[in-house]
Amino acid sequence: MSEPAVAYDEAVERYDPVIGIEVHVELGTRTKMFDGAEQYFGADPNTQITPVSLGLPGALPAVNGTAVEYAIRIGLALNCAIAESCRFARKNYFYPDVPKNFQTSQYDEPIAHDGWVDVELEDGTVFRVDIERAHMEEDAGKNTHVGGATGRIHGAVYSLVDYNRAGVPLVEIVTRPITGAGERAPEVARAYVQTLRDMFRALGVSEARMERGNVRADVNVSLRPTPQSPLGTRTETKNVNSFRSVERAVRFEISRQAAVLDEGRAVVQETRHWHEDTLSTTSGRVKSDAEDYRYFPEPDLVPIVPDPAWVEQIRATLPELPAARRRRLATEWGYSDPEMRDVVNAGAVELIESTVAAGAAPAAARKWWMGELARTAKEQGVELSELPVTPQQIGALQALVDGGTLTDKLARQVLEGVLAGEGTPEEVVAARGLAVVSDEGALLAAIDEALAAQPDVVAKIQGGNLGPVGAIIGAVMKATRGQADAARVRELVLERVRS
Amino acid sequence: MSAPDDLTRLTAADLAARLAAGEVSSTEATRAHLDRIGAVDGPVHAFLHVSADEALATARAVDQARAQGEPLHPLAGVPIAVKDVVVTRGLPTTAGSRILEGWVPPYDATLVRKIKAARLPILGKTNMDEFAMGSSTEHSGYGNTHNPWDLDRIPGGSGGGSAAAVAAYEAPLAIGTDTGGSIRQPAAVTGTVGVKPTYGSVSRYGLIALASSLDQAGPVTRTVLDAALLHGLIAGHDPHDSTSLTDPVPDFAAAARLGATGDLTGVRVGVVTELRGEGYQPGVLARFEESLDLLRQAGAQIVEVSCPHFEYALAAYYLILPAEASSNLAKFDGMRYGVRVEPDEGPATAERVMAATRGRGFGDEVKRRIILGTYALSAGYYDAYYGSAQKVRTLIQRDFAAAFTQTDVLVSPTAPTTAFKLGEKLDDPLAMYLNDVATIPVNLAGVPGMSLPSGLSDDGLPAGFQVIAPAREDARLYRVGAALERLLETRWGGPLLKDAPELEVAK
Repeated sequence: MSEPAVAYDEAVERYDPVIGIEVHVELGTRTKMFDGAEQYFGADPNTQITPVSLGLPGALPAVNGTAVEYAIRIGLALNCAIAESCRFARKNYFYPDVPKNFQTSQYDEPIAHDGWVDVELEDGTVFRVDIERAHMEEDAGKNTHVGGATGRIHGAVYSLVDYNRAGVPLVEIVTRPITGAGERAPEVARAYVQTLRDMFRALGVSEARMERGNVRADVNVSLRPTPQSPLGTRTETKNVNSFRSVERAVRFEISRQAAVLDEGRAVVQETRHWHEDTLSTTSGRVKSDAEDYRYFPEPDLVPIVPDPAWVEQIRATLPELPAARRRRLATEWGYSDPEMRDVVNAGAVELIESTVAAGAAPAAARKWWMGELARTAKEQGVELSELPVTPQQIGALQALVDGGTLTDKLARQVLEGVLAGEGTPEEVVAARGLAVVSDEGALLAAIDEALAAQPDVVAKIQGGNLGPVGAIIGAVMKATRGQADAARVRELVLERVRS
Repeated sequence: MSAPDDLTRLTAADLAARLAAGEVSSTEATRAHLDRIGAVDGPVHAFLHVSADEALATARAVDQARAQGEPLHPLAGVPIAVKDVVVTRGLPTTAGSRILEGWVPPYDATLVRKIKAARLPILGKTNMDEFAMGSSTEHSGYGNTHNPWDLDRIPGGSGGGSAAAVAAYEAPLAIGTDTGGSIRQPAAVTGTVGVKPTYGSVSRYGLIALASSLDQAGPVTRTVLDAALLHGLIAGHDPHDSTSLTDPVPDFAAAARLGATGDLTGVRVGVVTELRGEGYQPGVLARFEESLDLLRQAGAQIVEVSCPHFEYALAAYYLILPAEASSNLAKFDGMRYGVRVEPDEGPATAERVMAATRGRGFGDEVKRRIILGTYALSAGYYDAYYGSAQKVRTLIQRDFAAAFTQTDVLVSPTAPTTAFKLGEKLDDPLAMYLNDVATIPVNLAGVPGMSLPSGLSDDGLPAGFQVIAPAREDARLYRVGAALERLLETRWGGPLLKDAPELEVAK
């Protein structure tokens, strides 16, 4: 870390942070934004190209209707107004991964604008983030710099360009300045990006895999002395590509800027780069060097005028969004807010939903996934969903308990067998011979044997001292290898002694 | 007078008829044109590339198909030349620029696909001002094209190659593109016919873009009927061009044949006051007036209309065109195709290679317009320049709309003067730009325009007569143009080109 920073707690005590976030999401359309080249992950370099995505002389763009539909879906999910008419514009700048040396984007006429989204923090606090706009654009190609030590352009001997990504449809979502988050600003930033990621998946517009760069965030941070002060000078940290990094980058910038301001210096308006290795940002391009992109309306494309009926149809077919779904399920399942929050944080919503669908009561499903299974996952250091057991199997297991075939204790043993790969719950019960002993003859025999072994106990019980009953039950359970119903054993013991 | 046995002197329509009747083969016709190119193109230099083998292969295939009775397009087997701004798979395409020297496109423009599907042998690629910037073809990176009427004079531009090829009987048909007059002005100064269709009538997919909102490809021919036939072939909706019209293609040839009856009873012809005043050569104006008289005799009603905003057209055009061109030409950077120039000294970074490539690869006129356009789009200047120019464009569109409430077509001289001498205006860009004063408003409004010969000016050189129709009413051009052509040729005793001097034939 090249620059001094003040402790985060002190920074947010002295300054009020304001953040703004730009999220780019790659749309999961079959073909690119403006041409018929297919786009899927993992193809060989420069195999998903056409004259259009290579920017060959004479090639012209044609808008991908599915991409427009996806953009509208995102806009509606973000409670935005959908433009009656909007245009593409050219953003002119020279760079080898931009085949035309301009990016076709939207400038002053985005397809969606003026919306909001509610973001839920880990403790359940809901924070509303205002959305300024969501617009469509095309992605650039990907550069690989060869020959340098760092893999960065500096020091490289040559660079390779893969144009497979050039022209992949993007939607960029821009927030209004997010104020009022105070010391929780980094957490809000993270939760916001996470909320969008979940939303993209629920909408079916993108696989939204952070590690593949499907979702990329730029975070703006500025500080001001008090919430009443005018906005301070901001920095924009580019390409922060994991939830954790979003939180850390905001946190780092707050500390760094506080140190700058504490020294009486001014924050420089600039873009900054986030470094995962040092968990810090470094200076990029300062605003005075900023390029003049010479935007003008793209003359090769006609305005996009979404039919209002079509927009309404898209609105009507929007899937339930994750936050609403969580609220609905909590009510249906009778979970308290903290219970539901734990379920969400554990990534167990879908698992429990499927378990309930398989017949288990919501409370029982929660007990399994948040209890035994959560412990196992934690021990093994894996996600719940990665455990080798299906919600259907948990449902079947619970059905065995509900039907009296298994006691809770036996059921845990069966689960152990399932996790060990011994088969379905039914198969494990059969293989291990774990079903509850319901044959009373066998139970009575075991009881008589236990009573005979401890003759003094009978007298004590007959004298009104029920304490030793437990010892008899224990002995019976032991004899039946735990496959007896303890309550029934107790009843039978008392009958036997008193008769 | 055209020798009946010289296949190069036939109109495309007549050649097509003879092909269909089996009187001649496409191979004979194609070979005749290739021979003519071999004989006269040295001094004319209309072609940048001659694709003899490919043309003859197509011709043989057509002949074979015809022999087997396959259904063929009416123009099948009629040779054609294509302006070098149109990409042709497998044939070098340079747009007249050194920066694309040696580039062979991997795909065909939509209009080329149509030409190939209809089986017209492509003779080669014609010379032009670099990236279609110019009115004389002197800005080509590959040498001047010479006007067949006088080899010391310009053939017009930017499509001087296509016009000269047709005028010199090197091809019966050619493709041009017109951004501010690049089809019509060369037609005017070479005594040929050229049509700039309604914007969107012909797909722009595969046209190396100059100014996207103005560019339009069209036919370059010796007769109005031939232009109609070729326009019909290349027109039609193309999903690859978002600005292409979805309308069905009208029967332009039928309109031309109707016009050729010479009857224009009831047709209202508007003379644009602003397009015949100062700066027009007297001989050009005289031929224009005579043409008006003929239209009147044919039954047309001649009215005078004013288009007051046309005086700002040139200024608006020279903001919109360079702005769009500066962006369209950004892709020529030596990174993916064409010429790549490394800097003479210092590191070969991407930015420095781009700069060196563009510095060496582009000619002066291209650089001039890129600089103008970059400036016009810059932050703080956009509204004053590009924004204002777009407002002027709207006003010009309104002028046309108002004029067309009183008229069916508008007319003017195509260019203010006949062909000037090579080199005469090369150092005076403004004088060069003024040549397009009458053609530019048509592009700004997206309406169709035609130039056809109106006779010889006092200097013995051809003058052009421009007909303009409302958008989507290109058929009116063919009707009125064919009528005027018929009346003029009756007066002249044949086509104007019969008066062109015979070119010296190389052995």
